[in-house]
Amino acid sequence: MVLRGKAHKFGDDINTDYIISGRYKFKTLDMDELARHVMEDIDPEFHSRLKPGDFVVAGKNFGCGSSREQAPLALKHAGVAGVIAKSFARIYFRNSINNGLLSLICDTEEIQDGDLLEVNPTLGIVRDITRGIELKSKEIPPIMMEILNEGGLIPYMRKNMSFK
Amino acid sequence: MGKTISEKIFSAHAGRDVSAGEIVIIEPDSIMAQDGTAPLAIRAFREMGGTIPKYPERISFVIDHNAPSPSRAVSNLHGTMRGFCEGNDIRLYESGEGICHQIMVESGRAFPGGLVIGADSHTCTYGALNCFSTGVGSTDLAAAMLSGQLWFLCPETLKVRFEGKVRECVYAKDLALAMVMKIGADGASYLALEITGEAINEMNIDGRLTISNMAVEVGAKTGLMLADGKTLDFLEGRTERHFEAVFPDDEAHYVGEVLIDCSEISPMVACPHRVDNVVPVEEIDEIKIHQGLIGTCTNGRYSDIKVAADILKGKKIASGVRLIIAPASREVFSLALRQGLIDILVDAGACIVPPGCACCVGTHQGVPDDGENVISTANRNFKGRMGNPEAFIYLASPATVAASCLTGKITDPRQFL
Repeated sequence: MVLRGKAHKFGDDINTDYIISGRYKFKTLDMDELARHVMEDIDPEFHSRLKPGDFVVAGKNFGCGSSREQAPLALKHAGVAGVIAKSFARIYFRNSINNGLLSLICDTEEIQDGDLLEVNPTLGIVRDITRGIELKSKEIPPIMMEILNEGGLIPYMRKNMSFK
Repeated sequence: MGKTISEKIFSAHAGRDVSAGEIVIIEPDSIMAQDGTAPLAIRAFREMGGTIPKYPERISFVIDHNAPSPSRAVSNLHGTMRGFCEGNDIRLYESGEGICHQIMVESGRAFPGGLVIGADSHTCTYGALNCFSTGVGSTDLAAAMLSGQLWFLCPETLKVRFEGKVRECVYAKDLALAMVMKIGADGASYLALEITGEAINEMNIDGRLTISNMAVEVGAKTGLMLADGKTLDFLEGRTERHFEAVFPDDEAHYVGEVLIDCSEISPMVACPHRVDNVVPVEEIDEIKIHQGLIGTCTNGRYSDIKVAADILKGKKIASGVRLIIAPASREVFSLALRQGLIDILVDAGACIVPPGCACCVGTHQGVPDDGENVISTANRNFKGRMGNPEAFIYLASPATVAASCLTGKITDPRQFL
């Protein structure tokens, strides 16, 4: 399976308050409502520019800050196909895998805003069609791969009822 | 080879020898969620097919992020938490009992050698009690409620040593900000910290909790300290659990060591909008202040309120400034009341709000206006953090916040010695 979408480029240290502000996330569990406010405080136009299947591309430490799981959920419900970053903060990274949101660690320096990307999640390969470059993502621990392959931690637990 | 504190705690919980880099599936001693994360955890728990939690007695839910509830929608979420706790014999801490992290340490649910997870990033706070505690998301928490276990990557450890004598009017928060400045917002990603040194030995438990609380602001998984007589005194009467303090081996392996010379540290301020954008207070130009906040899981403890009251005693805050005080817990609030500190603060013009997180996290109880500057004892100054992306948040110690509220601009607390 290959995913195709446009890159929306962000910088380093995009925290979970920026992904979804506390003033929305504490009010509701309606993720489609939260999705409308995704990235609002740093890029108010983001939600209107985003097309389903697009990618968020970022620098280092994406998802730092609060443990709010509404952050990857809001991105997923907004239609983001995956996040590609130089590195992720650890709680966010677990949360995104647990919710089946593709998160790839690779050197995103060359990718520019608006580039067309082709991503093969199984092989961990990111191709920037616009720039003609190919990037290989870092491997993740086997248990995270198993959880991601099950579609997230909820289906994983429904199947196993415990950790294998 | 020798072991770090983290490796020893993971080994003890796994019942086998565990080294950094290994993945283990182990049972946490305590599991915590607050009202920003618990409702999603309950939903995930049910979607996993969960009916009853494996160890309900290990779980605690805390209503602190929107406490008391500001709206019907939030009340509905609180109702979900109450129903889940009642049906499953889970201890629920209600609005006003305190901030989850203060409750976890006051209730003895965090203890030396323990392993604790909490659905809140500042769960790393209990590292100050020699407890491996770390933040997780709601779905991980649901899986832990269901199975009693969770998978962990045993982390490598970075040593942080505070050397030298701490100067007058310099507090744990200033040391914590100096640490964040030195390490950077992601400088300790995926690592455990072992925080030691003379300054830590001399510091009381309130101060130690302040420093461990900010471990996550450098990306760390937890901020461990050694247990000593002060730790044991603090826990006396709080827990009936048998526990043993965990010490690292001399030949333990560390990824590095960060030395911080306390004798060179001034009162520090983190400027908008990054926690690692830290400068000594004397280097700050005139910045007008509209609101001060003393409270939060970083600095809402008795010692913090005492420092502020000592500076504000018999004085009035500047006109045009609002000072909000949010004690970290009912226990803290009650002690501050009995010691007369609340009277002093109210006389100085402060507004006391219930123990909780609301103002820090931007849900209610003090959302700043567009263009306003806030000086706060919290741990985060991200744009929009306090509920308004058009406001500017500066982070400092309770002394610096109190001094700044007296003058109406960011002020070196040493002026009020």
